[in-house]
Amino acid sequence: MALIQKSSGGRPPLLLALPAFVAGGAMLIPLIYLLVRASNVEWSELVFLVWRPATALLLFNTLSLVVCVVALSTVIALPLALLVTRYRIPLPGLFSALFTLPLAIPGYVMAYALIGLSGYYGPLNAFFGLRLPRLEGLTGATLALGLYVFPYLFLNLRAALSSLDPALEESARSLGRSPLSVFCNVVLPHLKPAFLSGWLVIALYTVGDYGAIALMRFDVFSSAIYSQYAGAFEVYYAAWLSLMLMALAASFLVMEAWAVRGVRLSRSGTGSARPVPRRPLGRMLLPAIAFVALVLLTSLGVPFGVIIFWLARTPEAIDWTTIGHSTLQTLMIAGPVALIAMAAALPVALMSSRYPGRLSFLSERMVYLGYAVPALPFALAMAFFSLAVVPSLYQSLALLIATLALHFLALAIGPARARLLQLGPRVEEAARALGCGPLEAFSRVTLPQLLRALIAGGLLAFMVAAKELPITLLLSPTGTHTLAMSVFSRTNEGALYDAAPYAGLMILFSGLFIGLVLSNSGRSRQDR
Amino acid sequence: MKKTLRASFLALSSLALALPAMADDLVIYSGRGESFMAPIIKQFEEQSGIKTKARYGSTAELAALLREEGGKSPADVFIAQDAGALGSTTDLLEVLPDGVFAEQIDAYRDHAKNWVGTSARARTLAYSTERVKAEALPKSVYDINKPEWKGKVGFAPKNASFQAFITAMREKDGEEKARAFVKGLKDNGARTYSNNTALIQAIADGEIDAALVNNYYLPRFKGRDAKFPVEQAFFEKGDVGNLLFVSGVGIVKASDDKSDATKFVEYLLSPAAQQYFVSSVGEYPVVKGVIPNPALGAVANPQAVAPDVKQDALSDTDGTKKLLTEQGLL
Repeated sequence: MALIQKSSGGRPPLLLALPAFVAGGAMLIPLIYLLVRASNVEWSELVFLVWRPATALLLFNTLSLVVCVVALSTVIALPLALLVTRYRIPLPGLFSALFTLPLAIPGYVMAYALIGLSGYYGPLNAFFGLRLPRLEGLTGATLALGLYVFPYLFLNLRAALSSLDPALEESARSLGRSPLSVFCNVVLPHLKPAFLSGWLVIALYTVGDYGAIALMRFDVFSSAIYSQYAGAFEVYYAAWLSLMLMALAASFLVMEAWAVRGVRLSRSGTGSARPVPRRPLGRMLLPAIAFVALVLLTSLGVPFGVIIFWLARTPEAIDWTTIGHSTLQTLMIAGPVALIAMAAALPVALMSSRYPGRLSFLSERMVYLGYAVPALPFALAMAFFSLAVVPSLYQSLALLIATLALHFLALAIGPARARLLQLGPRVEEAARALGCGPLEAFSRVTLPQLLRALIAGGLLAFMVAAKELPITLLLSPTGTHTLAMSVFSRTNEGALYDAAPYAGLMILFSGLFIGLVLSNSGRSRQDR
Repeated sequence: MKKTLRASFLALSSLALALPAMADDLVIYSGRGESFMAPIIKQFEEQSGIKTKARYGSTAELAALLREEGGKSPADVFIAQDAGALGSTTDLLEVLPDGVFAEQIDAYRDHAKNWVGTSARARTLAYSTERVKAEALPKSVYDINKPEWKGKVGFAPKNASFQAFITAMREKDGEEKARAFVKGLKDNGARTYSNNTALIQAIADGEIDAALVNNYYLPRFKGRDAKFPVEQAFFEKGDVGNLLFVSGVGIVKASDDKSDATKFVEYLLSPAAQQYFVSSVGEYPVVKGVIPNPALGAVANPQAVAPDVKQDALSDTDGTKKLLTEQGLL
């Protein structure tokens, strides 16, 4: 009994606590930077710039966008997750991959594709002479974001649905509940944590995204911060906006933590659950086909179609040496980022799942807050921190990689933490009882079962690091040209056709990684 | 799985080591876009044998970065879109040797010796050839706030060149007239865009009929597609809407390689580079004896219509930003 108490809730070993706190504490750098910048202003100017209707409008726009993107993602992700886990469909693995693939599409490419459908250069104009008014504002931004962030929720729901013990639903049915009532009263409550963590990631992503929203000409906090910075208007105004944005993100984190508290969903019985039986689609066949076709067409068909259309019209010959060079540079940045994120995710995830307490809660939430700090102030903070403290690191590959790893750490932690909660401390305790030391028990029992989830998290970090823009632009060594930078500089100058090969390669590249993420997170259940 | 991990880690770290850290490259901070500058920088490398590395960003962003970096700046050369940004950065720039100013056309010369104009550009009115007749074009830039243009005009308030134009208007016609013009744009339903490219694209897409732009963006669209349904024109002679202004270059005080930096500045003023700015970018030369670009058509001769505004008068960028912020445009 003493052993159990020790391994869940006691004081964590220093070997574990130190790296976890370092990772969480590093997130204080941008926060302190912003506070210093924001405080450097006179009261009258503050009132002139910050307390004006334009700021209230930014807050209202940002909140409406979060609500709309979360709603759209839910409407798309829930039916798809039910379809691949509960119904008899051909090739469920392939469909899971297809429904995750939109993650690989950079936001600004999705926005460009949606915009590119309309207008003078659009395929509709080329083939039919039809120049549609372009998508913009809240509708445009919601579509552009919702269509590629919904997989975050889909992956969460899919995992939750397939790990639900079918005995629960069967008992409810046998007690006279209708299928609909079982779904609403038994299944949905069990999906609560999956919904919450998916919504959290989507909400944090939405408040931090810059590219897609700016292209849709919708004014939110992140786009205002970017234009204040790029126009060198007022640094303290940008800092105030960033702090408000962080406060908003922090409130999401607190709300999620509060909502998920007290929910206990692990099975109490012994033995393992049967896999969930699949039902035939029956009457739902046609609506299901139509829905899947619509989702795939808009989330994958549109961006791929527009890129292929642009590719076919690239005026100059494609410069393969330059593209090869860009690909190599992208690999050299995103690869180490993934490895470092995995290494740092392990102690944080272990702390929060094995030694829950105020400190581990704090370090974990700090990591999420780091994900929520808009990329631009995050990068600025690291740039000025390095200039002031370690000038030799300024504009070095090492600092760029460390910053990206810190920023995306939260993504790498997710799968590992979920897996650790699923595994529970029992197996480890058994190993300890059989005479293993704590390190040996961890490396022989826990780590092998955790590896797949860690790799899945690392791959996710790789993918987002490869398509990341503001941090790379600001911190990369002068002369660096990643694929994302190449796409951005070309689209920004209206050279849409020239951007096509880079954009296509980037999606293809990330697509391969989606396959790896899925095979590393999905199969672990059948392995047991 | 562990083996694959280890192998990939080894492969990646050896790649990282293979990346050469060449400290002696000439580091260029370019506030002008990559597609404009990369070809001429490459040409300089080939002719001089000097290796370069370029960092691209908005002019204001890089000016702010130079200020933060101060004496620790790795940059050798700063290329800027407009005289305003260079004017506000002069304390970080080295005084240039007199030789580089020798061939300059008088109108583009500045009193400060810390930077030199490398190419000139003009503000123009771009318009849709499908929806606007050439004879119906406004005579003065102030006329675009008339009722017949309601909701049909676009402008880019965050763009440095638009801001240079407003600074010129404040200098030439006075603070009040400039404020009334900006307020008039808003009241007349003029639409805001992020930059010149987006404005021209929006005319072609049918969102707006006319836009206040720089002269050298349209030729790029026309070069790809001769039927592109947009044209551009000047306002009447001497109108502030035809502002003629320069982009320029300076050598950073913190530079560790000032002799190579000077070679680069001299190269940008050489006949080959000047011909490139004119023929490939669609700008105007700052030295004499360059063959004009036939694609510029109606806007080929800006000096004949330009308003009388000196380049040094464009440095009060802060006053313009304040005006635009008051109007809720920044």
